[in-house]
Amino acid sequence: MIALPASAGFTPPSPADFWQPLIGDGAFAVTRPMVVMVLTTAAICLVLVLATKKLSLVPSRGQWALEGVYGLVRNSVGRDIIGAARVRPYIGFLFAIFTLVLVNNLMGITPVVQYPTFSRIGFPIVLAIAVWLVYIAAHVRHNGVGGTLKHLVPPGLPFAAVPVVFVLELLTFLVIRPLTLALRLFGNMFAGHMLLLLFALGGEYMLLHGGFPLNVVALPTFLIYFFLTAFEILISFLQAYVFVLLTSLYIAEVYAGDH
Amino acid sequence: MTPVLAAEEGFWATAYPVLPHPGELLIGTICFAVLLFVAYRTVVPRLETMLAQRQAAIQGGMEKAEKAQAEAEAALEEYRAQLADARAEAARIREEARSEGAKIIAEMRDRASSEAERITESAGRQVEAERLAAVTSLRTELGGLATQLAGRIVGEALTDSARQSRIVERFLTELEQSSPEDVRASATTVEPTTSAAPAGPSSGGAHRVP
Repeated sequence: MIALPASAGFTPPSPADFWQPLIGDGAFAVTRPMVVMVLTTAAICLVLVLATKKLSLVPSRGQWALEGVYGLVRNSVGRDIIGAARVRPYIGFLFAIFTLVLVNNLMGITPVVQYPTFSRIGFPIVLAIAVWLVYIAAHVRHNGVGGTLKHLVPPGLPFAAVPVVFVLELLTFLVIRPLTLALRLFGNMFAGHMLLLLFALGGEYMLLHGGFPLNVVALPTFLIYFFLTAFEILISFLQAYVFVLLTSLYIAEVYAGDH
Repeated sequence: MTPVLAAEEGFWATAYPVLPHPGELLIGTICFAVLLFVAYRTVVPRLETMLAQRQAAIQGGMEKAEKAQAEAEAALEEYRAQLADARAEAARIREEARSEGAKIIAEMRDRASSEAERITESAGRQVEAERLAAVTSLRTELGGLATQLAGRIVGEALTDSARQSRIVERFLTELEQSSPEDVRASATTVEPTTSAAPAGPSSGGAHRVP
């Protein structure tokens, strides 16, 4: 692939393609994902507020769809993992994360927009830090600092193993969890979009500039592109789901010692 | 400024993709905060209120259904009790009717037998009366005939009406004092007496009295 551009004049997609400043430049330039993020947030807020304006006990089609998403986060993830008695304060948090991630991920394959916002590490980091703050605050509030630290070491461990496990668990608790949370989402969206770019641009190049044998290959390339687009829908949903699932698991750990 | 910007453009364009862009961090934070605010302020309370109402409605519906079922069971029980009552009542009425019928039959039989008795009695009485009437008329006729016969035999002496009447009276008194058997006997024997004993009713009656 690295040899390709030199020989055929094809420029493969690179991370630089994700840098798309629209207004200004530098650290505080207004970039394309920022605009996507603002627009999607506004759209989500608008839809949610309008859709919940007239809720009825017997749902309409639109309300039914909204309740489906809400129920997935509230019941299938939140209630089943955190527990019915504890989940209420976290529903809004989980629901906001899920809708924001899902809609922004789907923006990667939405025509015209075609930019998965979370392929820019800044956005997943925001969510990961938020989750990190929430579960640490919940831990400290519920178990106290001592209880939280004690909780890191599972009971019944050989005395010699305690310091090692403690350090590892503390590292996991404070660094690895938010880091993997952010990187997982970022990596999935970044790599997925890179793949789409590669097949779209590569197919286009082969069709238009590749000459006889290559322009025939362009057809399966586009087929793969369509397949990957469909796959990307699945990934979009899956990543949003995994993000709230892990968040719920981290929060559920706060109350794990209760029973 | 310009060269710095140019340098920065170069930096962000070629920067590691894992290096967060400060502007995007900021916008991401703001957007997430706004969404959180909307979710906690409006969306979740509305949805939770609706879900609570729905659960209440479903529970209310179930309670209502349970109540209705209990009511239906109570009604069924009542109907069963009523049916049992009605059956007992019917049996009682049937029993009553049967005994009543038996009573009526007995009464009718009593009445019929008394009626029969009465009829028999009245028939007997009538027969007796008729017999008495026959005896009386026979006696009168017999008296007349006997007197006539005696008058013929004795002659004109007895034609005097006062005497004749006295003789007949006496004869009849004698007859009345005798028993019915005697009367009957006399009735049957008067004829021969009158014919066989032309001596006179007085002698015939006198010899029969003892």
